[in-house]
Amino acid sequence: MEPEQAAIKKPFEAVVQEQGATVLRVCRAVLGVHDADDAWSDTFLAALQSYPDLPPEANVQAWLVTIAHHKCIDHLRAGSRRALPVDSPPEQPSRLGIPGDGHAELLDAVTGLPPKQRQAVAYHYLAGLPYKDVAALLGGTPDAARRAGADGVKSLRNALADLPALAHSLSKGELR
Amino acid sequence: MTLEASPDHAEVASLLEPLDVGLEPALASLHARLALDAQLIHTLDIAYRIVDSPVGKLLLAATDRGIIRVAFELENHGDVLQLLANTISPRILQAPARLDDAARQLDEYFAGTRREFDLTLDFRLSRGFRLNVLQHLPRIAYGRTESYAEVALAAGSPNAVRAVGTACATNPLPVIVPCHRVVKSDGSFGGYLGGSEAKRALLTLEAAA
Repeated sequence: MEPEQAAIKKPFEAVVQEQGATVLRVCRAVLGVHDADDAWSDTFLAALQSYPDLPPEANVQAWLVTIAHHKCIDHLRAGSRRALPVDSPPEQPSRLGIPGDGHAELLDAVTGLPPKQRQAVAYHYLAGLPYKDVAALLGGTPDAARRAGADGVKSLRNALADLPALAHSLSKGELR
Repeated sequence: MTLEASPDHAEVASLLEPLDVGLEPALASLHARLALDAQLIHTLDIAYRIVDSPVGKLLLAATDRGIIRVAFELENHGDVLQLLANTISPRILQAPARLDDAARQLDEYFAGTRREFDLTLDFRLSRGFRLNVLQHLPRIAYGRTESYAEVALAAGSPNAVRAVGTACATNPLPVIVPCHRVVKSDGSFGGYLGGSEAKRALLTLEAAA
């Protein structure tokens, strides 16, 4: 019981409240919405386990994104092993809004990017990691990570240009 | 070497907005799943929940050994959780299931249909004389009171009247461990960590039942 020693480590509940949404966005961008929930659960369960060992001055968001990165890779690998072609995939209720409103199309565009681009966009733009840290996760140089991020954004912009309805709704969204 | 200017964060954020569809409900169910999974693999050191009561919102917290803390709003629930993180473990989640029994028994108590609590308690936050005092308190019958001097005598240190006051004022398990039944020798209420109004309300409830 040495209060001074651990005084600045918040209850884990606060970590979930503050970082849960960002980590879920990152998992969704890297894996797609369907597998993101499992990756989020794996990430926070692993984080909870090792939380007492995290140095109190550590950057909690960067720590979580690193765990999420590894959990997402596990899912990507498991997914490529698991995926079997089927004639007609089972129907699932959509959690992506109304078909045709552009959301599903844009999500397709995100998941259609090469993995490195998806990861670079997610870690830099959603989690706010500098490209130096993104490069540390992805391997390669910060410049390569920056290019992957920029290429990813360019592809997303192009996908958006093909969706006039969405372009309209997003231009309204920019007011936020 | 010059790269094309990095895309603006706000623009990319709006491009990625579709990722937010259904985010809040997804997070709520993921939180519940995390609490269950953590409990299952014994990595949840402290589970807590907030319950409504006639004396305001109460924070209930439990370790795997039992209820470790009951806190009034007046104590600031955020501060109480931070102190638990510092002294016991930061592996704390809002996880209501572990506190179902406590919540039900408190409901019954406040409805006047329960006179004794049947709960496993974790007294880790108290030691020495304070612990002696807390262990005596449940022996004060429902609806009765004792003076600080009487409690000092019962806890084995007749001169430690002020220390009894401190033990009651720092009781980590108020309501369940009935420090509200300890009053001043002149019959006035004395202090209470939930505020004197809460103490009055509890004693009035017990007198009426």
